[in-house]
Amino acid sequence: MAPLAPGFATLGNLQTLLAYLLPLLVAAVGLTLVLVIGGMDLSVTSTIALASVVGGKVMSAEDGWLAGSPWAVPVGVLGMLATGAVLGAMNGVAVAVCRIPAFIATLTSMMFLSGLAIWITLSRKIGGLPPSFLVLGQNLWMAAAIAGVAAGVAHLALSRTVYGRWLYAVGQNARAAWVSGVPVVWVTFGTYVASGVFAALSAVLFTAVLETGNPEMARDNLLDVIGAVVIGGTSLFGGKGSVAGTFFGVVFLALVDNSLNLLGLTYYTILMVKGGVILGAALVDSARNRFAGGAG
Amino acid sequence: MNPILRFTKISKSFFGVKVLREVSFDVPMGRTVGIVGENGAGKSTLMNILGGNLAPDTGAMAFEGRPYAPSAPGDAARAGIGFVHQELNLFPNLSIAENLFLNRFPRRSRWWPVVDRRRMLDGARELLKEVRLPHSPDTPVERLSAGERQLVEVAKALGSNARLIILDEPTTSLTAFEAARLFDIMARLRQRDIALLYISHNLGDVRRLCDEIVILRDGAVVGQGTPDALAVERLIALMVGREIAGLYPPRPGRPGEQVILEVSGVSQPGVLRSAHFELRAGEILGVSGLMGAGRSELARILFGLDPCAAGTVRLDGRSLSGLSPRERIALGLAFLTEDRRGDGLSTEGTIADNLTSVVLPRLVRGPLGWLDARRSREGVKRLREAVGLTPTAADAQAVKTLSGGNQQKVVLAKWLWNEPKVFILDEPTRGIDVGAKYEIYRLIGELAARGAGVLVISSEVEELIGICDRILVMRRGEIRDCVERGEFDRERILKSALHGEAVP
Repeated sequence: MAPLAPGFATLGNLQTLLAYLLPLLVAAVGLTLVLVIGGMDLSVTSTIALASVVGGKVMSAEDGWLAGSPWAVPVGVLGMLATGAVLGAMNGVAVAVCRIPAFIATLTSMMFLSGLAIWITLSRKIGGLPPSFLVLGQNLWMAAAIAGVAAGVAHLALSRTVYGRWLYAVGQNARAAWVSGVPVVWVTFGTYVASGVFAALSAVLFTAVLETGNPEMARDNLLDVIGAVVIGGTSLFGGKGSVAGTFFGVVFLALVDNSLNLLGLTYYTILMVKGGVILGAALVDSARNRFAGGAG
Repeated sequence: MNPILRFTKISKSFFGVKVLREVSFDVPMGRTVGIVGENGAGKSTLMNILGGNLAPDTGAMAFEGRPYAPSAPGDAARAGIGFVHQELNLFPNLSIAENLFLNRFPRRSRWWPVVDRRRMLDGARELLKEVRLPHSPDTPVERLSAGERQLVEVAKALGSNARLIILDEPTTSLTAFEAARLFDIMARLRQRDIALLYISHNLGDVRRLCDEIVILRDGAVVGQGTPDALAVERLIALMVGREIAGLYPPRPGRPGEQVILEVSGVSQPGVLRSAHFELRAGEILGVSGLMGAGRSELARILFGLDPCAAGTVRLDGRSLSGLSPRERIALGLAFLTEDRRGDGLSTEGTIADNLTSVVLPRLVRGPLGWLDARRSREGVKRLREAVGLTPTAADAQAVKTLSGGNQQKVVLAKWLWNEPKVFILDEPTRGIDVGAKYEIYRLIGELAARGAGVLVISSEVEELIGICDRILVMRRGEIRDCVERGEFDRERILKSALHGEAVP
């Protein structure tokens, strides 16, 4: 479908496509880890927004804390990643230690963080980001390399290391994992931290592309992130999923979004089509489960 | 006498594999017929066909002389066939009465669709009296024990006016005491001319309870007759298709002298009172008692899953106080839990996933947590051979596709990699067939022969007598008796377990 849309194969459109796809990919990879342990992270997009605001507050040449300093960019980026880690750790404590259901825990942090991001900035976007940071948004090959490395690391960790096995074990049966000596609490906590860090990295790319620290950044993308992961074959019930699957899910969703845009459909029509596509993927997943279950 | 149910040449295949081959037999009116066979012999498929969950490929059934071809589970109930399932089909959050009337709530009137609570409670009280369950119909089912739930299922079948009741492995989760009560109820049902189909792995029970026994193997009826004509050895031979020397394998080696696990004064209010015992290297120590006597709780405390208020546990002289299960595993403790699907296995996971779950950190190469795939593959192969897991299943196959016996072998095997010093087994043979039980007993014997101390918890006294060196008897959270091999006496063990409890 995608290559048939007029104007698909232009350099400009490739830029547009990557600018949407790369931040989505990084956030979706983080969420994949959470879904594999049978959890949920609804605060991904608000973590992106808050991290973006923090980055803006540090780096902005207008009123940033480090305005003009050569340290602005490294400190700003590290600050954004640290923000993600802290927010992820809060989710992790709520879910792993306090045993609050992940849906509720991350729903409340989503609401709180969105509010906080807007409150800090008084609902204004933060401009004047240093050019050495904005390079990342203009030179999308660099952004692609960063996103690719992040996804690659997650892929190897999930498929080849003991930590990855632990994630699947916790997702398949947390009680059996605990009896088998898997440090379930630490694994769960760490996964939410990872999800926060990936969301923050996504915010770094997003902020560079949009050239502002934006308290409403990615507000409408939560559905895209979750949808892409599910389209990629990761189960909402935990224990199943892969980064490679998520990569294809993101690419698919981005192509659908991009071609519908090129065809000149309205935002609302695109939402309806994307909803239908994600529903289709969920149907396929449940049908596959039923078939596999019936044979057993 | 006319049969109430007749199977005529029922056949069924799944994906080209024949699971039932021309099964034909009758259930006479008002009689009890036992069905025995190994897992995978086709019992469940046959019952699913009877219950309307599956349709046979060929063949027919007749119920009370009329052709019977159910197309949905509701048809069986309407025809007068009740099921008491192995995995209970009750709603724990609803009351007994609501469960009993779930598919036929009495209404106030035809035009006023509000549940007539009084009529429902009265009806429920009647049914509960029938099965001698002394509970208020308002009691939520989650507060009942497994045995009591079983009786609610029986009451439910009676309530829908069943003339034939199928009991599928009803005693697997019951204690000896609860099973006795169920058998009592079964006798009363027979007096009321209700026919029973009784499916069980416990051949002793089947012989005691049934008028006739049907043996299934590989989907075909391979024998049929009265209990008098079918001794246990004969039944087993027919079921497995070869002679087995006995129910219990010979025991290699003798227990050593060295104390490996020392439990002193372990207590937890309301659960366990001052438990004292020692386990020697190479010894198989049994723990008997009723359900709720604190057996599983003792095991969970030893393994560090549940808290313990007082007392010490020493493994090889080292105190285990305050250690997590993870740390205890590292010191050489292993635990096969009572609930295989709940916390023993991840059934969605593959065989390889499950077999490596305990030792993953030791399969790591380098500081980044990289897994050594080759060592993992070799280890999995070695473990599969050690426990004799079915060779037809691939390493990447999901555990849920295995039979109960093979699933249990996976749980056993995953601990073997660690060469445990003390292995705690809670109900290791629950719900698995005779052939697999024998294998598990053999593996337990081998573990002990290699110097591990083995603690076996079981509701089946015969089993403990068959394999243990010593048996502890628990009652209400206390160890009340300790019997050495040579003085083993079923009566004495049961008496110690029951003393002071209400006997039916």
